[in-house]
Amino acid sequence: MSEQQTITLYPSRQFKDNARAALQDGELRTSLRTAMDYLMAKRLSAFPDGDELATLRTLGETIRQRCLAKLPELLEKLEAQLTVNGVQVHWAETTEQANEIIHDLIARRGGTLAVKGKSMVSEETELNHYLEARGVTAVESDMGEYIVQLAGEKPTHIIMPAIHKTKAHIAQLFHDKLPDTPYTEDVDSLIRIGRNALRDLYLKADVGLSGVNFAVAETGTLCLVENEGNGRMCTTVPDMHIAITGIEKVVEKLTDVVPLYSLLTRSAIGQPITTYFNMISSPRKTGEKDGPREVHLVLLDNGRSQAYADEQLRKTLQCIRCGACMNHCPVYTRIGGHAYGTTYPGPIGEIISPHMLGLENTKDLPTASSLCGACGEVCPVKIPIPEMLMRLREEEQRPAGEVVAHPLRGQGAAHTGKEALAWRTWRGLFGQPGAYKLFGWAATRLRGLTPPGQLGWTQNHVPLKPAAKTLHQLVRERDAARR
Amino acid sequence: MSARDNILAKLRAAPRSAPVEPDIAAHFEHFGPRWNEVEALRHWAAMMRSVKTDIVWCHAADWPQRLAEQVKARPVRSLLLAPQTAHGALAHAALEHNPLLTLKSFDRVVDEWKDELFNDTDAAFTAVRCGIAATGTLVLWPDADEPRTMSLVPPTHFALFDTRTLHADFHTAMTREAWPNGMPTNALLVSGPSKTADIQLTLAYGAHGPRDLVVLAVLPHHLTVAQLEDAA
Ligand code: SF4
Repeated sequence: MSEQQTITLYPSRQFKDNARAALQDGELRTSLRTAMDYLMAKRLSAFPDGDELATLRTLGETIRQRCLAKLPELLEKLEAQLTVNGVQVHWAETTEQANEIIHDLIARRGGTLAVKGKSMVSEETELNHYLEARGVTAVESDMGEYIVQLAGEKPTHIIMPAIHKTKAHIAQLFHDKLPDTPYTEDVDSLIRIGRNALRDLYLKADVGLSGVNFAVAETGTLCLVENEGNGRMCTTVPDMHIAITGIEKVVEKLTDVVPLYSLLTRSAIGQPITTYFNMISSPRKTGEKDGPREVHLVLLDNGRSQAYADEQLRKTLQCIRCGACMNHCPVYTRIGGHAYGTTYPGPIGEIISPHMLGLENTKDLPTASSLCGACGEVCPVKIPIPEMLMRLREEEQRPAGEVVAHPLRGQGAAHTGKEALAWRTWRGLFGQPGAYKLFGWAATRLRGLTPPGQLGWTQNHVPLKPAAKTLHQLVRERDAARR
Repeated sequence: MSARDNILAKLRAAPRSAPVEPDIAAHFEHFGPRWNEVEALRHWAAMMRSVKTDIVWCHAADWPQRLAEQVKARPVRSLLLAPQTAHGALAHAALEHNPLLTLKSFDRVVDEWKDELFNDTDAAFTAVRCGIAATGTLVLWPDADEPRTMSLVPPTHFALFDTRTLHADFHTAMTREAWPNGMPTNALLVSGPSKTADIQLTLAYGAHGPRDLVVLAVLPHHLTVAQLEDAA
């Protein structure tokens, strides 16, 4: 009876309210618009040759699909190779399991301080909170993540976590939260303040945590992409390095990372390459004078195997987390990342979150899109995101009891009797010529009676009003006039 | 069943079709750069300079001298190097007469002097394994002589680069040097000093790693510095 009950909040359930609030925030909208315009232009300039871009995207897609087609075998190979190299591999089906594994590793050496390189998967597991509750402080060291953590917020973009903040916000934040810090909006000074605050922590930290961009099965190599050097600090200075990643991140061959890395940096921020590409294959070897003595890799499922089960939805797992889909999304650009209430916002969030949290908690996300197709067009590994969104819309409307080959968690979550009735009526009217004619006749005659308030529609649009004549009438009249 | 078994069982139960084998080599063969030696070096230097790297062209005979000048010109009071290596010994000989400079070597495990490394070491000097022209990149394979933190912790990194090891692109570097046959503990591509644009997309250098990256680019005898710099 007294067993502690975990209360899970799903902010993604409030998507519509969140979005409405974000739309009212003028400052946020300006920040986002400016940033997304900049990132779109940068990406475009990084691919001056359209042919090369097209071929490279196809290559990226083919590599990711080949790796996914062999996923179970590659995971085993990765594990075997890493083990030979001296890296310990752990598997977690749920976020809870992953957190537990990581906490146990830290607790085993009596650790109380962890420095973290950027890891979206650890955001997914809410690792910081989990550790905090157990006496381990986890400090984010990526500049953007550090800012967001200091502000008590969550990242709003997977590549640029603090993109929603202005330098004035950050100046105030540093001034308020860091001892003896004068208010300054000079970006170089702000970065220096952040650098100094974190440098001491690298020295003291018991453990370094990081994500992984590509895990190479062939050589047992963990690849990390970054500009700041904080990832290198976290994976080099503390005596233990724990990396966490999703099971889909494995690639087969070392050469696979070459095109994927190029696609990643150019799509994400329009850079031909990042400052560092950090390839870790083992802990400190005998005779070496630095580097962690222990390296661990935690492989997390958390719903990915549900996406994997279905060949169409499996494409979701091709993602290399470049963020280009959100940079180009008209919805994301207007509401920002927080509104989604999920770790991964924007188009990729709309198609991956339902597998992680269930459609019952994310039912608004597949419809948070105008299906303009920009995301699919820029995706460096050619994930047909709009197609995935339509599929998820279908699954969330599918009656909960319907038996299908690969049922999704939360199937039918958006199914309502009212909507089903509306579609049945529509089918009745449009499927029978007699009924359709009668409907057209009545609608054109009674058009004066349409109400000015039409539920959700009139929130953002002028009321619908039938035309005075049906299309059939107009065509008949035109044909008669021609004769 | 363990988490591992459950995950693998779920993945194995999924329908799978035979994958298409991508031809990565053909892609780079087709789209890869076609430069002569000078063009490749010029491109490499332009790319590195575009991200605030200092390139100092030199030759086998004069690089220690150039290094000494660079050190003198900067606020460097202590420098870490590996005197047990051939290049480290040459650098040591060129720098030891600078009265304002303390030379240090990585002679014990980092755990014994982390504080000093972080708080009292201005610069480090290391060699580079090879370079990549297309992206303006240095490749480092740190080892027992020149450990990983040397190119990371001190605020200035002096890198000695034998330009004869320049590859056209990453794919060529990886395949020609047969990396898949064996990777070191840590391999690094370094393209400039550390940077961030996390505050309002404004680029700032010296995020967590070095603020300055100075490359002593050693040219083969048949190339002159003038050939690599525009006359303008
Ligand atoms: S879905 Fe495509 S565009 Fe979006 S983050 Fe993933 S790889 Fe990038």
